[in-house]
Amino acid sequence: MTGRGAARRVTLLALLAVLAAWPWLAPYFAIFLMTEILILGLFAASFNLLFGYTGLLSFGHAAYFGTGAYVAALLLRDMAPPFLAVLAAAAVGAAVVALVIGWFSVRLTEVYFAMLTLAFGMMVYALVHQWRGLTGGSDGVAGFPLTAPLPGVAVNIADPVNYYYLTLILVAVSAYVLHRITVSPFGLILRSLRENSERASFAGVPVRRYRLAAFVVSGLFSGLAGALFAPFNRIAVPEMAHWTQSAEPVLMTILGGSQYFFGPFLGAGVFLLLRQWITSYTQEWMFFLGVILAFLVVFLPRGLLGLFDRWLGGRS
Amino acid sequence: MRPPPLLDVRDLRRNFGSFAAVDGVTLSVQPGEVTALIGANGAGKTTFYNLISGRLRPTGGSIFYRGRDITGTPPHSITRMGIARSFQITNIFDQLRVIENVQVALVIRQGKGTRWWRRAARDEDLRLQAGELLERLGLSGLAMARAGTLSHGDKRLVELAIVLATDPQLVLLDEPTAGMTPEETHAVVDLIARLAETGPQTFFLTEHDMDVVFGLARRVFVMHRGRLLAEGSPDEIRANPEVRNAYLGEEVY
Amino acid sequence: MSTFVAALLNSLDIGMLLFVIASGLTIVFGVLGVLNFAHGALYMLGAYFALTAVRWIELPFWAALVIVPFAVAILAAAVERLALRRIYARHPTQALLLTFAFLLILNDAVRMIWGPGYQIIDPPRALTGTFVLAGAVYPLYSLFVIASGAAVGLAVWLLFSRTLIGKRIRAAALDRDMALAVGIDVPRLYTLVFAFGAWLAAFGGALAAPMRALGPAMGDRIIIESFIIVVIGGLGSFPGALLGALILGALHGFGGRWFPQFDIVWPYVGMALVLLLRPHGLLGRSA
Repeated sequence: MTGRGAARRVTLLALLAVLAAWPWLAPYFAIFLMTEILILGLFAASFNLLFGYTGLLSFGHAAYFGTGAYVAALLLRDMAPPFLAVLAAAAVGAAVVALVIGWFSVRLTEVYFAMLTLAFGMMVYALVHQWRGLTGGSDGVAGFPLTAPLPGVAVNIADPVNYYYLTLILVAVSAYVLHRITVSPFGLILRSLRENSERASFAGVPVRRYRLAAFVVSGLFSGLAGALFAPFNRIAVPEMAHWTQSAEPVLMTILGGSQYFFGPFLGAGVFLLLRQWITSYTQEWMFFLGVILAFLVVFLPRGLLGLFDRWLGGRS
Repeated sequence: MRPPPLLDVRDLRRNFGSFAAVDGVTLSVQPGEVTALIGANGAGKTTFYNLISGRLRPTGGSIFYRGRDITGTPPHSITRMGIARSFQITNIFDQLRVIENVQVALVIRQGKGTRWWRRAARDEDLRLQAGELLERLGLSGLAMARAGTLSHGDKRLVELAIVLATDPQLVLLDEPTAGMTPEETHAVVDLIARLAETGPQTFFLTEHDMDVVFGLARRVFVMHRGRLLAEGSPDEIRANPEVRNAYLGEEVY
Repeated sequence: MSTFVAALLNSLDIGMLLFVIASGLTIVFGVLGVLNFAHGALYMLGAYFALTAVRWIELPFWAALVIVPFAVAILAAAVERLALRRIYARHPTQALLLTFAFLLILNDAVRMIWGPGYQIIDPPRALTGTFVLAGAVYPLYSLFVIASGAAVGLAVWLLFSRTLIGKRIRAAALDRDMALAVGIDVPRLYTLVFAFGAWLAAFGGALAAPMRALGPAMGDRIIIESFIIVVIGGLGSFPGALLGALILGALHGFGGRWFPQFDIVWPYVGMALVLLLRPHGLLGRSA
């Protein structure tokens, strides 16, 4: 038990060391790749707070990711406040959207919940797409400056290496907060809802209120991920709120293993590497993704980390 | 005179379409008195429990708990007011550890549900109280096991532990010994008798096993086709010809 | 007056088409408990099969309309046997994920086979004309869509309410174990129902092909609208699918005419309202 906990800690520290040294270790293009893995890993991990921990499958998480992306892009374009203030505002904006959508959605569960979140997610996409005066329609919002992180901190985050470090710090902090949430008393209640929401309500848990709380926290961190993603791409486009964007954290989480805290991060890494590799041969990479997903759902429902776990268990 | 009742049910009704599952039941449960509800399958016992615990809304009638009208209150509020229940089919958190199963109820009861930063495992209060409860039920050795991996009898005990962790005044047990081996049944009957004697809880249970009922209960209600057929002490019920006719027949003789 | 009639006819042709498609979704859910995410992709497959049948095999459109749905249904039956069947026992979201995988596969398969561009099928010669009603000029094909939708709906209703197989399906939907106990071959019935759902989607696709441009993402909007329809009408309810489809059709037909800038938002507003007032849909069973 403790041996395993220690092994985990060493692995985590080694991983952090590699990530910290990444710009020296890896070729230039890999800095971009790792930045994207970190951002989408955070997106997937915040999705998994709802899916893996609370037992609710959301198919509309791009709504919060997209809200974060647009709030960040618009603030940078129109007001150019310090970058960390932009991120905070974007995360809060996404949390507010999550509060509204969640208020409707947590009334239902399982497939009903999945459909509702999908439909509301598409509503956000439609709004972003149609509200041309504000969002520029399908052209998106581009041409905004990247401001200093805080007033007086003259770091140029337009430099990919600096942006990578900013992302690494924020994602690491967010991951730590999310992890603390999952092992907290609040997190225990969420896990009880995943296991058996009826028993939970007969243990005194006001089920909807906790589901909504999880929904909003999940939306908040998804918004933060979106707010990191738009400046990283130098543009916010409606596709960032589209349901195909919602599908990504679902796929990444299943790939890595929803039962594991780091599953979504691993899944994001494997997902983006696979995409890199397969799209160098063919445009139709979603086809292969579908085949992989079908295989995982039928034969490996616990994902890659589940496989790894079984392999470890089999050896010791 | 008797003290005011803990639970006071008046003319309770529940229809499913044209079928009256509970058809005008009036009864009360006195504090500290182990009470049993018996009746054949389909007599309406579980529906009755579902109405009291808030799982179903009554079609008519009212439920008073400690003098307060709780008709139509949602389950989590009823639980927090002090009525906890177990289910006929074991209902626990399979993937959580045994101790965590208990802690879910403790977190709510101690008002710690909004704590999102402290580790639950490092909370001394949660750990000690859960440990104490598990010890009382003889589950200490299994505290760290995943609840889903336990034997049927132990799972039922875990459910009882969750129920007790909500700090109830009134405990509804829906066939607490269903599916247990004779040894397990015996142990559970002893346990409930001990808890009823020492604890602040009042037990109200349904049962098929008449030995269990007559060994534990001081007051027995008999339901038949949605209605209350009889009530009285175990001896009175045993001697009641109507009850024998309707229900006890095969099982006593 | 003429604009009103035009909007009404427009509502009806969208509504009846959506009804055919959404009824397949709701029947599969009602019986199997599986919400088929790939249902829109099967609709798309119906349209593209029709394209191939008409343009390359040079079948008459009528023949395509009959043959294509069966081809798609056979494909769906095979998929049900190979993959879906393995996970019925699991949590319902697993089936949703698996059918989502099918959606990804089918979307890109269509792109690979038929190319990414838009394609058009001409309506059959007998239905290319227009007709005039209350001063509004209207394509004849729309009338055909309305009539076909009504005919299919009536046939499905008769199938479920009057035939032995319909009774068996309803029994299996109510209680799987009980159906097994009385000797109904439930696994085979499930395959059949899944294939039938696919048949309805593909029929909708083939029927829609002459009036909509075919593109590899054409199923995406349909699946979301079908979801909305069954949420409004009540998941698993066949009359609910009709009601929901007509409401959605009316939102498009009337809302689209007078408030075109909100066209895309209306369905969601309707859905949110229904959910507020009746969480299990207008005709759904409430728990």
